[in-house]
Amino acid sequence: MKAFMQSLKNDKVGFIGFIGILLVVIVAILAPVIAPHSPSEIFNEHILQGPNAQFLFGTDELGRDIFSRVVFGAQVSLQVSLTAVGIGAIGGLVLGLISGYFQGKIDQIIMRVMDVFFAFPDILLALTIIAVLGPSLTNTMIAIGIVFIPVFTRLVRSAVMSVKENEYLTSAVAVGVHPLKIIAKHVTPNIMAPFIVQVTLALSGAILTEAALSFLGLGVQPPDPSWGVMLNASRAYMEFAPWTILFPVTAIVMTILCFNLLGDSLRDLLDPKLKS
Amino acid sequence: MLIPVLFGVSIVIFIALRVIPGDVAATILGTDATPETLAQLRKNFGLDLPIYEQYLQWIGGVLTGDFGESMRTGKEVLPDILDRFAITFELTILAAIISWIIAIPMGILAGIKRNSKTDFSVRVISLLGVSVPNFALATVLILVLSLSFSYSPPVGYVGFWEDPIRNLQILFLPALVMGTSMAGAVMRMTRSSILEILRQDFIRTIRAKGAKEKIVIFDHALKNAMIPILTIIGLQVGVLLGGTVIIEQIFSLPGLGQLVLTGINQRDFTVVQGAVLFIAFVFVLINLLVDLLYSYLDPRITYK
Repeated sequence: MKAFMQSLKNDKVGFIGFIGILLVVIVAILAPVIAPHSPSEIFNEHILQGPNAQFLFGTDELGRDIFSRVVFGAQVSLQVSLTAVGIGAIGGLVLGLISGYFQGKIDQIIMRVMDVFFAFPDILLALTIIAVLGPSLTNTMIAIGIVFIPVFTRLVRSAVMSVKENEYLTSAVAVGVHPLKIIAKHVTPNIMAPFIVQVTLALSGAILTEAALSFLGLGVQPPDPSWGVMLNASRAYMEFAPWTILFPVTAIVMTILCFNLLGDSLRDLLDPKLKS
Repeated sequence: MLIPVLFGVSIVIFIALRVIPGDVAATILGTDATPETLAQLRKNFGLDLPIYEQYLQWIGGVLTGDFGESMRTGKEVLPDILDRFAITFELTILAAIISWIIAIPMGILAGIKRNSKTDFSVRVISLLGVSVPNFALATVLILVLSLSFSYSPPVGYVGFWEDPIRNLQILFLPALVMGTSMAGAVMRMTRSSILEILRQDFIRTIRAKGAKEKIVIFDHALKNAMIPILTIIGLQVGVLLGGTVIIEQIFSLPGLGQLVLTGINQRDFTVVQGAVLFIAFVFVLINLLVDLLYSYLDPRITYK
């Protein structure tokens, strides 16, 4: 871990991404302290005001403080992406381990089901799941989580299959170690590198999908301060109040950018093929 | 492979839409409907049958080209899907072409001139392309155009065969947004596959034989780099198809994505299940075409 942090420090681009994410996390955790107002507090006399000393990022069409909404929006974004990626990663890890380790019929069944899910474009699958569950914050997390399961399953499965070729595993099987113990002690630690890279990239994907679903009105529901919701609501006023979209857009782009920067660096760091 | 997957898709989408809480008949008729009219409407839609019979009826129809009728408008679903698909398809193709024009030359250039200023700028641009969501780009672009040129996207849609120029005018901006969003990923893939190929021994051999750099790049490196590039292009076309849902909404284009979205909002099962199945069909078909292209580009890859 120490060596890992050291090499991350040496990689300037990845380090910038890491610091950026850290910043978003701090903002999200300290949102109630950082934000001067409640995200839903309405200031009737200050509707659509430009940035000023009282309202740092201006106010929106209902007279709410955009700065506070962007700050609390970080909370929503991180909450959705962490939960969604958690669902997708754990689901995919379990299915991929079973599929890749035991192979045979169970592998066939799991992979055919995954093929079916792969036949939907991501956003369409998420939309369909939302249509079934109904739009809400929780259901957005579940929908995005389910969308990620096939990606993780396929990744873990192929990593497990290549680890299985190693002699230390054959010998573990030969001396009669219990399969669950082999999976936990020998297989899982050895597939972590590609898994972690995928987690980082999925986090940025989740933030993007959440913003997209909320933008379409099928994700996080108003008055919850999601960046996607803010962007969609301000489209009607943006020509005479550009600040209403400028700040949520910047927040979305910067956050996704930082996750991608870190994800790229991690891939270069952890992929032995690229090390040379 | 294609057919079982599509059957799977049809079952998943059909069952999913049937477990939605709430009664479609009640949503359509409103609160003052009598139990008799509700029962009658359910019967008309076949909703009183057991779910497997409903599925068999629907899939039987689909196989003969009858996707059923919209629960809202009573119109046939398939002609509507095909009309709207024409728009979505045109948009997707235009976006894909724009992204290739931007991405492939820039990716190649960055790969050849590794670690140069060009390489650095291409990497920054592609990273931005990957990180800026298309709806954010679209919104900002509309804002900038409107503020600096008082330009607003044309309202109303005109088909290509009615007025090709007007049609392209309408689709250009949405296609540009989707194309630039996609270009980032294609650029990255092009660059890294060119880099990977240029490191290989056969390239050194060709260079050692004194081949011109142009021949090395175009006849050898590029041809071999095409396979990973094609993979990402195939995947991206799928992403584009999904992305049209949002872009069509922003630019008010009556495409397939918008049909799905209105269908979901109005609980119009027949429309949603038909349209989603159709999109999945196109998506799977594109992936199949990409696979077939592989074996053309790399004869070592064969399919049973």
